[in-house]
Amino acid sequence: MQPKPLILKILDVVSIIVLAVAAYLALVFAPTEAVMGQVQRVFYFHIGTAWVGLLGFVIAAVAGILYLVTKDVRWDRFEVAAVEVSTVFFFITIVLGSIWARPAWNTWWTWDPRLTTAAITELIYIDYFMLRQGIEDPEKRARFGAVYTLLGGISAPITFMVIRLFRTIHPVVIGSQSAAAQGGFSMTSDMKVAFFFGLFAFTVIFIDLMWHRIRLGNLEDKVEQLKLKVSM
Amino acid sequence: MMDKKTATIDSRPETMNRPSSIVHRPSFVKATLAIVQKDLSAEFRSFELISAMLVFSLLVIIIFNFALELDVKVRQSVTSGVLWATFAFAGTLGLNRSMSVEKDRGCMDGLLLAPVDRSVIYFGKAISNLIFMLIVEAIVLPVYSLLYNVNLFRLDLLGVILLGSIGYAAVGTLLSTMSAQTRTREVLLPILLFPVAMPVLLASVKASGGLLAGVELSEVLMPINLLIVYDVIFIAIAFMVFDFVVEE
Repeated sequence: MQPKPLILKILDVVSIIVLAVAAYLALVFAPTEAVMGQVQRVFYFHIGTAWVGLLGFVIAAVAGILYLVTKDVRWDRFEVAAVEVSTVFFFITIVLGSIWARPAWNTWWTWDPRLTTAAITELIYIDYFMLRQGIEDPEKRARFGAVYTLLGGISAPITFMVIRLFRTIHPVVIGSQSAAAQGGFSMTSDMKVAFFFGLFAFTVIFIDLMWHRIRLGNLEDKVEQLKLKVSM
Repeated sequence: MMDKKTATIDSRPETMNRPSSIVHRPSFVKATLAIVQKDLSAEFRSFELISAMLVFSLLVIIIFNFALELDVKVRQSVTSGVLWATFAFAGTLGLNRSMSVEKDRGCMDGLLLAPVDRSVIYFGKAISNLIFMLIVEAIVLPVYSLLYNVNLFRLDLLGVILLGSIGYAAVGTLLSTMSAQTRTREVLLPILLFPVAMPVLLASVKASGGLLAGVELSEVLMPINLLIVYDVIFIAIAFMVFDFVVEE
């Protein structure tokens, strides 16, 4: 077994530190929002996890295409790692959003385009694992997985566009129509510090977890090969 | 085994440029139509797929009738939703069946051995799946019109239904080819298909709901445009990746 690389060890420590700092910035440093109060602080982690969640899905689709082109199994491991880590982060995003929505919208859940798209996207990537589980041949599993991430990655934005035709109440904090939506607000400079640091922190944590998952994928592969050898 | 391998290699695009005296390659359209014809004549001999889809559709409508209490007032707002849910459920039934038939009797290997491009198989299967869906829809629509005294035979509405069915069959054919090769097979198809086909279903419901409510065509142009965009994108993707899905 390969020893853990030094950079990864450092990255582990850095991840813990930036998470602690991000928590401090979000919970203590950032000023309390005037209308929503303390619950708005959930926002910093909500955006952070959503960002890495979506980033991972895009990475997975790209890795899927690269796998189909090169047939290099490393891209497959990369893709699995991205989807797996992102699925968890995206789930956290949905839960944090619900926690915020309860006081802000007076409901845990509403069928807003963003929420609905988020739920469907999460389901697509849970399906991805169900699909992989049903295939024994590793090469075929990788091919089908790559095709499905590609389909999912393209269908999710179209879903969003379609549902937007129905209705929306989700606030858009970044962009032009900031405070117009229900629960929207504009950020002060201290809030921006917490916000951007949150994005940075989760990006670091995401890279760290992906790296671990890729290493785990390599080990899984080795175990599978050893098993084959023993059974022969 | 050896024969099969050589034949498969022969059918790959690399050997396309051989003189026609050695490998006779039918044209793309002709080969596609041959697969469609094969599916249709097999179906019209037994009617097992269409009849199953049809009976299932009617049962779904009956369930909706009681689940939603489809009285005159409710009906106006939910007709398009009921119709599309019915088409989607019946569609998965047909997609599953049409692909597992190929898989069970080893017909898929036969198709793969044919000296044609792999995408021919995709388009052939997709078109026959689409035809089955359209036949079922063509029977369900008048029955629904009759049962609920609402006129569903309008050119714009039929256009939306056609566009929606094209998108659904395009993605469904690709995914059913995949799910037929997994351990869980029939169970997996709707799970894989519904989230990916969500834009088709939602845009179709939105467009046909608007048309049934009597709004101007220009007001539902947006969902119709999205339907067309989805159809074009997903047919193109399926065309590109189908090779990877049937590779052995």
